Amino acid sequence: MTSRRVFLLHGLVGALPALLHAGPAAGQQQPLAGQGEAGELRDPAAAGRPRDRATQRDNDEYINQIEHRLQCTCGCTLDIYTCRTTDFTCTFSPALHKEVLALRDEGKDADAIIAAFVAKYGEKVLMAPKPEGFNIAGYVVPGIAILLVGSVMAVLMVRRSRLTAATAAAAPLGGEGTVPGASADEMERLRRELREFDE
Amino acid sequence: MTLLGQFSLWTALLVGLWATLLGFSGRWHARPELGVAVTRAVYALFGVLVVASLSLWHGLITHDFNIEYVASYTSRNLPGYYIVSAFWAGQKGSLLFWAVMLSGFAALAQWLTPAKYRSLMPYVGAVTSSVVVFFVIVMLFAANPFARLPFTPPDGNGLNPQLQNIGMVIHPPMLYLGYISITIPFAFAVAALLARRVDAGWIQAIRKWTIMSWLFLAIGITLGMWWAYVELGWGGYWAWDPVENASLLPWLTMSAFLHSVMIQEKRGMLKRWNMTLIIGSFLLSIFGTFITRSGIIASVHSFTQSNVGYFFLAFLLAAGILSYTLLYTRWDRLEADVQLESMVSREAAFLYNNLLLVGIAFSVLWGTLFPILSEAVRGTKISVGPPFFNKVNVPLGLMLLALTGIGPLIAWRKASIRNLQRQFVVPLGFGLVTLAALMAVGVRDPYPLIGFALAGFVTGTLGQEFWRGTSARHVMYQESYPVALGRLVSRNRRRYGGYIVHLGALFYFVAFAGYAFRTEMEATLRPGDTVSLKSPFGHTYTFTHVGVSQFEQLNRVVSQASVQVAKDGAPVGVMSSEKRQHFSEPTPGLRQKSFEPSTEVGIRTTLQEDLYIVFAGSVEGTEEAVYRFTINPLVVWVWIGGLVLVVGGLIAMWPGGAAGGTLRRGQAGYEVRLAGTTSGVGT
Repeated sequence: MTSRRVFLLHGLVGALPALLHAGPAAGQQQPLAGQGEAGELRDPAAAGRPRDRATQRDNDEYINQIEHRLQCTCGCTLDIYTCRTTDFTCTFSPALHKEVLALRDEGKDADAIIAAFVAKYGEKVLMAPKPEGFNIAGYVVPGIAILLVGSVMAVLMVRRSRLTAATAAAAPLGGEGTVPGASADEMERLRRELREFDE
Repeated sequence: MTLLGQFSLWTALLVGLWATLLGFSGRWHARPELGVAVTRAVYALFGVLVVASLSLWHGLITHDFNIEYVASYTSRNLPGYYIVSAFWAGQKGSLLFWAVMLSGFAALAQWLTPAKYRSLMPYVGAVTSSVVVFFVIVMLFAANPFARLPFTPPDGNGLNPQLQNIGMVIHPPMLYLGYISITIPFAFAVAALLARRVDAGWIQAIRKWTIMSWLFLAIGITLGMWWAYVELGWGGYWAWDPVENASLLPWLTMSAFLHSVMIQEKRGMLKRWNMTLIIGSFLLSIFGTFITRSGIIASVHSFTQSNVGYFFLAFLLAAGILSYTLLYTRWDRLEADVQLESMVSREAAFLYNNLLLVGIAFSVLWGTLFPILSEAVRGTKISVGPPFFNKVNVPLGLMLLALTGIGPLIAWRKASIRNLQRQFVVPLGFGLVTLAALMAVGVRDPYPLIGFALAGFVTGTLGQEFWRGTSARHVMYQESYPVALGRLVSRNRRRYGGYIVHLGALFYFVAFAGYAFRTEMEATLRPGDTVSLKSPFGHTYTFTHVGVSQFEQLNRVVSQASVQVAKDGAPVGVMSSEKRQHFSEPTPGLRQKSFEPSTEVGIRTTLQEDLYIVFAGSVEGTEEAVYRFTINPLVVWVWIGGLVLVVGGLIAMWPGGAAGGTLRRGQAGYEVRLAGTTSGVGT
């Protein structure tokens, strides 16, 4: 077994040329071929569940987007992509990922893959219900409720502001911008106070 | 000590019942000494629950594994601070935490409330004691933290590794404190209704409590986001999980209350609405607890399922029916003093703001409960996750952001065209410039585009407010600009504290919009291998795998994978991510693995973006490692926003503000009608 120090050295030595040649063209996101020697871990079980090598398909945006729409069946409530790339102990999400890949290999598009999952696991596998039938209520009720309450509020506000304006016009005041019995100084002070209050 | 704990709980039950019955009976109206007795009973309730809490802590610290709770959540090798935090890590302990903190708040309310509100205090004591009694009953009959095992295991199960994080030491108590402290404003509201004293007095009495409660919830929610981000390893901070939603609900309604209560203070309007909001906020806090503890909705956060959910459901229904019935009986007394004068006014803007905040709360509640509803109606189980919530709530959130910028620009009572022109030019300019700049650099995604543009608009509004106030002081008092700014804020704490809170909220929105641009990839690397990932800001990071090292640390074996990171070829340092295998050691030399290995992410934070790396595991037990690399733009602004929001809240609630003065001015101002000042004034 090679020591940790040797591996760190190998890693750093391996990193140098990589850094010197760093900078693949902007936008490229590709793992490069291995350059170093991979040693064995002292306690592999402590490093979590053994992992398969990631492939280009694991980073396929089309596949990932499909998996974002499907829930993992382990009970975590996360989508397949998030679950398989999060706690790394779930045994369900990697299997579901493979199912998605297999369906894609059969030539199915996103909708067909999702339909296949719904057929197999039920509607619960969808991260959000399809907007059809009763589910439409799920999407539109909050908006309708807000619009409805907002409309009632608007009608009441218009009605009350008109009422206030009418009452104010009919109020027996001492004149525009005055209060009965108030001196000019007091009026100015009141205006100043109100302005301060308004601001 | 468990005997003492049990005895304390039973004593708490009796003392709490006494305070509840005496307070609600109203006999203290004729015999004032009975009112004092209620206050003393509230203090005593706190005292006995402190004794119960100390008994549980004693069991935790002394590793008394015969106590089922201690054995379930601790182990001998658990670090000390997690043993302390284990007090609230489990269902039973958190119930005791809730009860003792609530009784503490209730005692503080009795102690600190000014004498002029004394006539409300026996009722307040009765309400708070009845809630405490409920929690004590749940503990005594369904989830007793002092329950003993029939045997004593040599070691405990230990604390879930994901809870062994500083965020989890602080986040739950903060959230609990938020939930718990809502009870105090609720108690004052009920007391005001019972005492038929529904003037602005009760609102004055609870002002600091409402801000404090809102702040605790905000801190708790933000810390929960931070914990999820640094601990769970999925690269995000909000998943619209039912338990997350449950914490957001009372925060939203409290936010609505904090706005609408200003209308009541200044104009004597919205009295019924404010009562409805404060009662609703309390019920939502209980609802959140019900969701978390009942297991009725699938959640990654839920406590172990138990029958305490039924207790909470019964309490929720009883509290809801009694409170709203009481409100109904006092409905006529809550008539507004004045009516709205214009639909284009600050008051109207507050109403729109309330509509949106409560609307968002409703949509979150609706989405959270929709799976249950769907199953009841159609018999089909469905899931409602982030795609649903984002679709429904993002447009509402953007409208709310717009109102954050619009509200402060409109005059109270009635805005004139001149007022609107004068106020909107600069903020709209900020918004349009932001929009143009983003479109120029190629941003086309509509929601983030609108979000950033609105953020520019709100920045303009806030900047204008601070600039006008500061420059006015500079001119009037010849103060330097920093001094003028400091005095502006310190002398108008509530207003400018509120603006600082808005600034914090603005940062949240900016961070949320930035999240849309995250990029990520998985890669398998052997030591020396390199992979690159492009940032949405245009530069490229390269990650070179250094190796995986294993070592022991505290109560775990750590497998640490490290990468050398370079930005556009320039080295920026080494980042590491870990797998941690925790173990317990019931007897020296005998180790047992406890829990599945957990993941510790590596994060490098800048104001621009976070580099987020996760060691997913090794291939065939070698140093060949599988990583997930993520670039998360603008994430740090969530945490900065949280900090700014807290600072703003503290400024707004700091003693010595002008709330009383504002109220007096408001009342004085509106007792007379001054036609000449109804338009075109104010900012």
